[in-house]
Amino acid sequence: MNDTQGRHRGWSWWYLLFIVQIVAVLWPPFYNSVEPAWMGIPYFYWYQMLWVLISAVFTAVVYFATRE
Amino acid sequence: MQGVNWTALTIFVILFLFVSWLGFAAARWRRGDLDQLHEWGLGGRRFGTVITWFLVGGDLYTAYTFVAVPALAFGTGALAFFAVPYTIVIYPILFLVFPRLWHVCHKRGYITAGDFVKGRFGNRWLALAISITGIVATMPYIALQLVGIQVVVGALGISGTGFMGELPLLIAFVVLAAFTYSSGLRAPASIAVVKDLLIYITAFTAVIVIPMQLGGFGKIFAAIPPAKLILAPPGAHTTGAYSAYATLALGSALALFLYPHSLTGILSASSGKAIRRNAAMLPGYTFMLGLLALLGFFAIAAGVKEMPEYAAGFKQFSNNFAVPALLLHSFPSWFVGIAFAAIAIGALVPAAIMSIAAANLYTRNIHREFINPNPSAREESQIAKWVSLIVKVGALAFILLVPTKYAIQLQLLGGIWIIQTLPAVMLGTYTRWFNSWALLVGWGVGTIAGTWMAIAANLTPTFPLNFGHLVLPGYSAFYTVLLNLVLVLVLTPVFNALGSRAGSDETLASDYFA
Repeated sequence: MNDTQGRHRGWSWWYLLFIVQIVAVLWPPFYNSVEPAWMGIPYFYWYQMLWVLISAVFTAVVYFATRE
Repeated sequence: MQGVNWTALTIFVILFLFVSWLGFAAARWRRGDLDQLHEWGLGGRRFGTVITWFLVGGDLYTAYTFVAVPALAFGTGALAFFAVPYTIVIYPILFLVFPRLWHVCHKRGYITAGDFVKGRFGNRWLALAISITGIVATMPYIALQLVGIQVVVGALGISGTGFMGELPLLIAFVVLAAFTYSSGLRAPASIAVVKDLLIYITAFTAVIVIPMQLGGFGKIFAAIPPAKLILAPPGAHTTGAYSAYATLALGSALALFLYPHSLTGILSASSGKAIRRNAAMLPGYTFMLGLLALLGFFAIAAGVKEMPEYAAGFKQFSNNFAVPALLLHSFPSWFVGIAFAAIAIGALVPAAIMSIAAANLYTRNIHREFINPNPSAREESQIAKWVSLIVKVGALAFILLVPTKYAIQLQLLGGIWIIQTLPAVMLGTYTRWFNSWALLVGWGVGTIAGTWMAIAANLTPTFPLNFGHLVLPGYSAFYTVLLNLVLVLVLTPVFNALGSRAGSDETLASDYFA
């Protein structure tokens, strides 16, 4: 298979945002605690829910940044 | 259990009738020639960003998920929340890999993963292995969707033994089978819109109203035993719950888009752009899933397990009854009807897509490849329609004849099996460096090793891997796909040196992007 891939099909530095979000949620020592609780919700839960929102924003950023 | 809840049942039946009508009417939506397999089985690849969002969301976040994840939180605690990192990690994968797969499938007319692997690696036996794995892994998944229906029907107060007890499930099943047969993928795509709206209404209402009834989140979490609240910190010489949690999330994420029904949902999109946009929009469902997982804790705090009126339900459905019991306890009957309809309709969407996906695999990669190489377009779509029926009858028979726990255990094994197709399908979109026979050996060894690990762990997902004097408990699917990959990497040069000429690659580099 010859390498005639377009400019926007190779590596983009914006993909590092994906690595950040993957590490942030797959390393339980970052978030396995009750405190600091927020509105009575233990850290373990609100941290991960917050990352759902951050990951959506990151993905949108990557989408717009890597559009041709 | 108390008697039949007539108000809830009436609302439930009305909503069910509505989506049934929608399923049949969908045949005329974005009209196409349903005698073509890509029209029946992929909706003509015409779904834009919004419909894809509903369809893939309805496909991946199934009724069983909405019952089982809170049930796991209810019974086990924090571990259940692995569903959140799991469904965060899937979206970078969706963004990076699947637009490429969509483009090549669109350009070459591929409908299944088996089609792609056959074209990419030119090895029909590898394609057969991938296709059989897909079908086998999907069957118990369909069966579990029917369990979701069983639980809510039971919770509506319809109980009974023998034929009368199973009648509601049979009716739901006949309706499902009929509209899938007549409308193909258009049916679940249109129903998914209704289903998701109902699920969102239920989830947000529950997460706002129930904490108000129970005195706030602080009180709810205070009622949870400390051992369930967070993961147990690992002791000496083990990574304990941490590695279990992380590998469950990562392994499940790697496996998810390899399931035939995920691929069917993705391939029905109208463009690679629609898929990339969805990678940013689908986390909306992850957020809702996280909220629903918390319902398991609400159920603990509400104390539904100790209430005599729910004892029979817990006895029959064990912890899967936690969410229905909580909803019955917290809401008026009319809202319970809406919520239960959301769960039951939530089962129809993925069950329909799964049976279509399995039918596409059989038709394209087994029947056409090994039995009748030149079917007409009409014959091909006829075969697929019939296979979609057979697959569903099999799932129904399984649920009626065999204890539910076997379906759950088989679904666990299904995850271990399907992930073994990762090197050929996912990595195959980036490279065809792999020798196809090395891929086949990696698949076979991974499947056997994974099955063995699951059995050795008493059919639970995590296996305690010994590494020197360190114990690494982790998801068997994740460990065995690593083994599979190592084998593929080592054996590829070996098979190449032995002169095994891989088949030709009919795809071009330019097939993989717009």
